[in-house]
Amino acid sequence: MEENKITATAPEGEKEISTADASARSSKDTEAPLDKNVRLLSPTQMVLRRFFRSRLSIIGLIMIVGLFLFSFVGPLFVADLGVKNEMGILEYDPNNGKWGEIELDESGQVEYTTTEYTYVNENGEEVTIRQTVERRLKDNFLAPPSSEHILGTDNEGYDIFVRLMYGGRISLTVSFIAVFVITVLGVVLGGFAGYFGGVVDNVIMRICDVLMCLPGIPILLIISMLLDAAGIDAKYRIYLLMIYLTLFSWTGTARLVRGQILSLREQEYMVAAEAMGFSTPRKIFKHLIPNVMPQLIVQMTLSLGSMILYEATLSYLNLGVKAPYAAWGTMINIISTNTDILQNHFNVWGPAGICIVIAVLGFNFVGDGLRDALDPKMRR
Amino acid sequence: MLKYILKRLGLAVVILLGVSLIIYFLIRLMPVDFIQSKIDAMNQGGAAVPEETVKNMYAMYGLGDDSFLGILKGYFNWLVQLLQGNLGETFKNGIPVAQIIKQHMPVSFAISLVATVFEFMIAIPLGITAATHQYSLRDYIVTILVMVGISLPSFFFGNMLRDLFAYKLGWFPSHGEISAGGSESGLALLPEYFMHLFLPILTIVILSIGGRMRMTRTNMLEVMSSDYIRTARAKGLGETKVIYKHAFRNTLIPVVTSLAGLLPSLFSGSIITEQVFGIQGIGNVALDYMNRGDIPFIMGYNMFLAMLSVIGVLLADLMYVIVDPRVKIE
Repeated sequence: MEENKITATAPEGEKEISTADASARSSKDTEAPLDKNVRLLSPTQMVLRRFFRSRLSIIGLIMIVGLFLFSFVGPLFVADLGVKNEMGILEYDPNNGKWGEIELDESGQVEYTTTEYTYVNENGEEVTIRQTVERRLKDNFLAPPSSEHILGTDNEGYDIFVRLMYGGRISLTVSFIAVFVITVLGVVLGGFAGYFGGVVDNVIMRICDVLMCLPGIPILLIISMLLDAAGIDAKYRIYLLMIYLTLFSWTGTARLVRGQILSLREQEYMVAAEAMGFSTPRKIFKHLIPNVMPQLIVQMTLSLGSMILYEATLSYLNLGVKAPYAAWGTMINIISTNTDILQNHFNVWGPAGICIVIAVLGFNFVGDGLRDALDPKMRR
Repeated sequence: MLKYILKRLGLAVVILLGVSLIIYFLIRLMPVDFIQSKIDAMNQGGAAVPEETVKNMYAMYGLGDDSFLGILKGYFNWLVQLLQGNLGETFKNGIPVAQIIKQHMPVSFAISLVATVFEFMIAIPLGITAATHQYSLRDYIVTILVMVGISLPSFFFGNMLRDLFAYKLGWFPSHGEISAGGSESGLALLPEYFMHLFLPILTIVILSIGGRMRMTRTNMLEVMSSDYIRTARAKGLGETKVIYKHAFRNTLIPVVTSLAGLLPSLFSGSIITEQVFGIQGIGNVALDYMNRGDIPFIMGYNMFLAMLSVIGVLLADLMYVIVDPRVKIE
């Protein structure tokens, strides 16, 4: 019995289910039923197997999981989380050896310069005025990497390593929210356009055409100014900005879903669904959309990467997350005006850029791996 | 064919109207009030500006009424001007918008054109080798490299190049499109431009190779698995002939159509790269005007961009019909 047990784990990983082998080998003892000899894989298992066979997908997955742990779990160990006082303002403990997102390192020196002025007043007496200027270089800015500050401090005196984590939180959260909203909008609108056709399709597609011609960054610049005028808290404006961005960028997903549904709705199983008298939402969301899922998942993964890039670009242009809060783009922004930091302090802006690259690259690798794994034609 | 083109052109006009309406309303809601800052400047100059003048100024710029109807009226004024071929004059210095676009576009165009040529010249051969050696080491290396290229943010990579090649090594100038105070003119300026624009072009090329290469690779793989390639091999053709004469020709279809679609976008300039390298191209200039809330310029520039992308889509679709005889217009 033991030698008949042929699993799908072929050494070269060539075949998913080796039915041919199974029947050939089991010819010796024919009484063993076929389903005992082959391990059947569900479609999901097959996709997962194909996905994990690609080294790049695994690397991508590790990069993303690593960044998630770094940004969401990291601060719990490394950062000073701060306590909110009764005014709702974060207060940090300066003596615990950890640094918070917006906690300044105030260990810089205080400089005193004394100047003496002497003049003769109207009574003929000589008066000396001693002016002491206290120049507080209180912030320990642009400190090199040390055990105190793992990546040093930036030009304000914030700890770069800790801000990198908080920046990652923003980037990852924001891009997930944006992609989620884009997908919902795209699936609903694209689904309706594809399913109903006619006037509905025409209207939705023309709206798509208009939105696709809107230039991205200029529009977001205008919206960003509108948010400023509305007095939105610096911490939350990037979320609103990205929500507005989604209103303009669901078109790609909608087109994808519509195209798929146009071809799917002609298939026999849809005729069957029609004959069984299913309701329209049920037909769309239970029978059509699941068939679009593979392409949709790939699209979502890849757009996660592009959303991170978008968020970083906005923050770099000072439209997104603004100081004192940290975002990867915001942390690079300083070099657009300060060439000294560009040339001599790579530790201020380099790590943030590397984080962006890792995040985008990770999502691209995973997206590519998923595309290959989900495509039934791509057999390796 | 002609009927199809006319229909598409009609549609393009509707799209542009929609785009302009959205942009105009967004701009009018914008808080950066150019007139207010102008009045503030006049007030600081000493003379108190009378209420009447303020009102007149708002009326002059067509910004007096901020109600829905008022904005709509402003929009139609702008539209009528546009139909007369007048994009208006900037608030900042009264220069016609069209003139600013014309003045700053050439340098953006030059950068984009050279970058696009190099992009195609590098990406297509890479895509072909990756496809013909699928899953080999070569495929992996090329894929990983171009994926890193796609993932680089332009502002980060541009600044890295600037730091390395301009400041550390001193091979190229760090910013601008031409050195100040030079006395050369005409063709003698060419080396000067080359040195200044090398890094921005390099940035754009490296960032954009990835997409093009992956597109070529996917198409090439699809073509390579089709029946006629097997036939070609079966009848004993050499591998070079199979790849370059039979497979590559069909891969060219999407390449040519995307090239047509790209053509108009050459004129639009890239905001971030120009900003990083301090080039006075149209993108960088536009960023400046937009931060000032210069309504005529923002409208003019954004409509210019929208028009380019409408033309791009139209050209790509037409090219598809021309290049691929299997595609028929219904």
